[in-house]
Amino acid sequence: MDWQWLIGRMNLSYLPHEPITMGAAVGMPLTLVAIAAALTYFKKWGYLWREWITTVDAKRIGIMYGSVALIMLARGVFDALMIRSQTAVGGPGGSQLFNTDTYQQVFTSHGVIMIFFVAMGLMFALFNIAVPLMIGTRDVAFPFLNAVSFWLFFAGMILVNGSLIFGGFSIGGWLGYPPLTELQYSPGPGVDYWIWSLQVAGIGSLLSGINFFVTILKNRAPGMTFMRMPIFVWSVLVTTVLMMIAFPILTGSLALLSLDRLMGMHFFTSMGGGNPMMYVNLIWAWGHPEVYILVMPAFGIYSEIVATFSRKKLFGYKTMVIALIAIMFFSFIVWQHHFFTMGSGADVNAFFGIMTMIIAIPTGVKVFNWLFTMYRGRITFASPMIWFMCFAVTFTIGGVTGVLLAVPAIDFQVHNTLFLVAHFHNVIIGGVVFGYIAAITYWFPKMFGFHLHEGLGKAAAYFWQVGFLLSFMPLYALGLMGAVRRLDNYSDPSWIPFFIVSAVGVVVVGIGIACQLLQIAYSIWKRKELHATSDPWDGRTLEWSVPSPAPFYNYAIIPEVSRVDEWWYQKQEGVKAPKDSDYKDIVLPKNTSFGFVIGMTAFVGSGALIWHIWWLVVVSFIAIVVMIIMRTMDDFTEYTIPAAEVMRMDKEARA
Amino acid sequence: MSESAEMIAKRDKVQLGFWLYLMTDCMLFTSLFATYMILRNSTNGGPGGSELFSMGFVLVETLILLTSSYVCGLANLAIHNGRKKEFVVYLGATIALGIAFLTMELTEFGKLIGEGHTPQTSAFLSAFFTLVGTHGLHIAIGLIWASVLIWALYRQGRQEDILRKFSLFAVFWHFLDVVWIFIFTIVYAMGVK
Amino acid sequence: MQKAREYRRQQLRYAYAYLLAGALSIATYALAVSASTFTDTSFAVIVLCAAALQLYIQSRYFLHLDDKEAPRWRLLSYAFTWFTLLIIAVGSIWIMNHLNYNMGMSPDQMDQYMNSQSLKGF
Repeated sequence: MDWQWLIGRMNLSYLPHEPITMGAAVGMPLTLVAIAAALTYFKKWGYLWREWITTVDAKRIGIMYGSVALIMLARGVFDALMIRSQTAVGGPGGSQLFNTDTYQQVFTSHGVIMIFFVAMGLMFALFNIAVPLMIGTRDVAFPFLNAVSFWLFFAGMILVNGSLIFGGFSIGGWLGYPPLTELQYSPGPGVDYWIWSLQVAGIGSLLSGINFFVTILKNRAPGMTFMRMPIFVWSVLVTTVLMMIAFPILTGSLALLSLDRLMGMHFFTSMGGGNPMMYVNLIWAWGHPEVYILVMPAFGIYSEIVATFSRKKLFGYKTMVIALIAIMFFSFIVWQHHFFTMGSGADVNAFFGIMTMIIAIPTGVKVFNWLFTMYRGRITFASPMIWFMCFAVTFTIGGVTGVLLAVPAIDFQVHNTLFLVAHFHNVIIGGVVFGYIAAITYWFPKMFGFHLHEGLGKAAAYFWQVGFLLSFMPLYALGLMGAVRRLDNYSDPSWIPFFIVSAVGVVVVGIGIACQLLQIAYSIWKRKELHATSDPWDGRTLEWSVPSPAPFYNYAIIPEVSRVDEWWYQKQEGVKAPKDSDYKDIVLPKNTSFGFVIGMTAFVGSGALIWHIWWLVVVSFIAIVVMIIMRTMDDFTEYTIPAAEVMRMDKEARA
Repeated sequence: MSESAEMIAKRDKVQLGFWLYLMTDCMLFTSLFATYMILRNSTNGGPGGSELFSMGFVLVETLILLTSSYVCGLANLAIHNGRKKEFVVYLGATIALGIAFLTMELTEFGKLIGEGHTPQTSAFLSAFFTLVGTHGLHIAIGLIWASVLIWALYRQGRQEDILRKFSLFAVFWHFLDVVWIFIFTIVYAMGVK
Repeated sequence: MQKAREYRRQQLRYAYAYLLAGALSIATYALAVSASTFTDTSFAVIVLCAAALQLYIQSRYFLHLDDKEAPRWRLLSYAFTWFTLLIIAVGSIWIMNHLNYNMGMSPDQMDQYMNSQSLKGF
């Protein structure tokens, strides 16, 4: 009896053979078993299911996104450590710490994890935590869809980590260019893991984009016109537009590549008429908006932080909005700058080069506006402000090297060298990472009711800043000296000192991250001493008017807004206590297991596609369709809290 | 039966959200169209559109889908005016014409594959089958959706509920015909020339 | 009675749009199968115009995307989507058609081409 069809192409040879991957393959399941044991011992399964797995509350979903992202940050930095330790010893006469195939998987997973699971994860965490509170509403427009998005993200995460245990990951870089990622050169499951984890997480992102766009358009508190929204909300709005336009292109490109691999088609193969360069074009048509998707919420965060910690209204609200919209528009017409050298010729290169340089202008406007906000403010150098100042220095350097790269003639010299690697880490770490960490510090008290320890936070910032400089400044020099990216060994001995400094830099960043992990653990331990009020930073926006931690219904009474920074001015004028008659019934969505189940079915279905278990693909697909139909037929998805109960809970929380 | 303010607000959000989803679907089709346009001459030495496409057949397909979209519009009108029986007739006609369209498309695909012009033969054929096939997949999903709507109508029959769900389907169905305009023009008409 | 008349009127609008759209499709078909005197480019332009016209008719009458009836965001997001869609589609075709690989030249021809480009003095 032939059982092969039952398990597709799975077999034991796909278990890992190298020490590090074997360690991970054993360590990860062991950790999960330990967690399961702890949950059983403390009898917390019910709690976990009721309060977290089936939740549709944006704040809880945001915390879950953030937790997954931080765990993946640890893995991504470990990957970086592996890369830099290899390059430090990879000079002439040096050693090979792990074989090249592993090295390729490491730099691929480093990129994938950092972009899709750390940066996107933290971004969605912040959207969920801050946006509904900032616009004075109770939840997002489609809470169930929100849960589905998270569990799809989670499914993608399991796929990336699962590849470590069984099958190995892609060796094609974080963008997976064909023909390397076609069947001819990558027949194994690695590239398929890559395709499906991105595809599933990408669909989650797309749905979130729609969700938050509708939320901001339709859920704003009465009186909050567009020009009275916090700038962070504007940055989210612009980001969701980019998401809705760009992510379908990723879906399409990955789908075409998967058709090549699963059904032997010829979109990007080197034979049969395929055109691999078309893939490069399409994937960057997504890829460029993607990096702006990552950085624009960070810009929004800086606007909030600088205004709050300078105790001064943001300079140039209108121009900030216009700059955001301008950056959004321009990010659609620059994507070719990622492949100047592919051979489109001078005309095409010139057009895209000029457009790329123009983007620097609205970005510069924003930086100046932040500085002007600080001017003559009464500045508090709390750690979010320190992160901002690190950003201002770091991002500016990165932005300037970006304008350098925008010149096609220069790009021809440094394309795909370490110069490029230094540039994009410069802007991503300076812009995205520093911004999201600052935001976590800023909003942590609102979510949990206690602060993160300040001293450790500042130490983390300094370690990150110094570590970044040590890691990446040498790479600019190396790139100009001709060192290309993704190399694990090289023959020029004069490069060795630079690689060693860079390796030291990663260790320093690692110390910074250790400070952050310590900070979280210590703050939880000392949470009574670090207790936070509802408005610990003397904030300007509405979220600081609710108790900390924020109640599950956000606002007992929906606020009315008449100007920007409404909460700030209310505090100046005297906050009015609510009358008993102001409390109304609240309607909230019920918890549901469907989000989790759909996510896990997507994981199973993707696994089936990766391993060619066709019957399971069909079953999973039908299951998802059936669950969607069942959900749309369900009329009882909400519950009501009577006004009296709301009043009681509110008075208790404020006491 | 009047709707509360919350119901109206909720319906408004769902309509906006669904419309935005359709816009993202537009972008997906854009990447497929762009790919087709680039690869349409990469026939790997084999025959191209002018040899493989039969315009008369495709014209009939096009008119069937167009009629289906028209009848769907009439169904939309009917349910907005509370005419339940007319609605069911028009929706049934929409589904029947949709099935006819899909059958014709599958026949075309079957014929091509039977003659050895598979998606695995060349980049042109990969792009053709994927673009037209993705549209067909959307049609199939639409047909499933419409059937579930009819079943829901007889199961609960609550007017405003079905109205809300149907207007989403109608927008979806019209949108698919809009995409087909461009498949007809760019793939078939320009391919045959 | 007033409602019934309004109903009939709206049904007729759908019918007119349907017939117009159908006529445009048939016209495109006729042009495609005729032993034509058009060049490839002018044929493409004509049928794309016919498609654009049909797009307008279907958008306006089937999708109800006129200024007064639909909420503003529908028309706005539709227009914006078309705008970016054209950028991506036309941009991709522009880029890909320019690639040296696609110009199908031999190495010597490529050398000649590169030299002539540099003489243009950009």
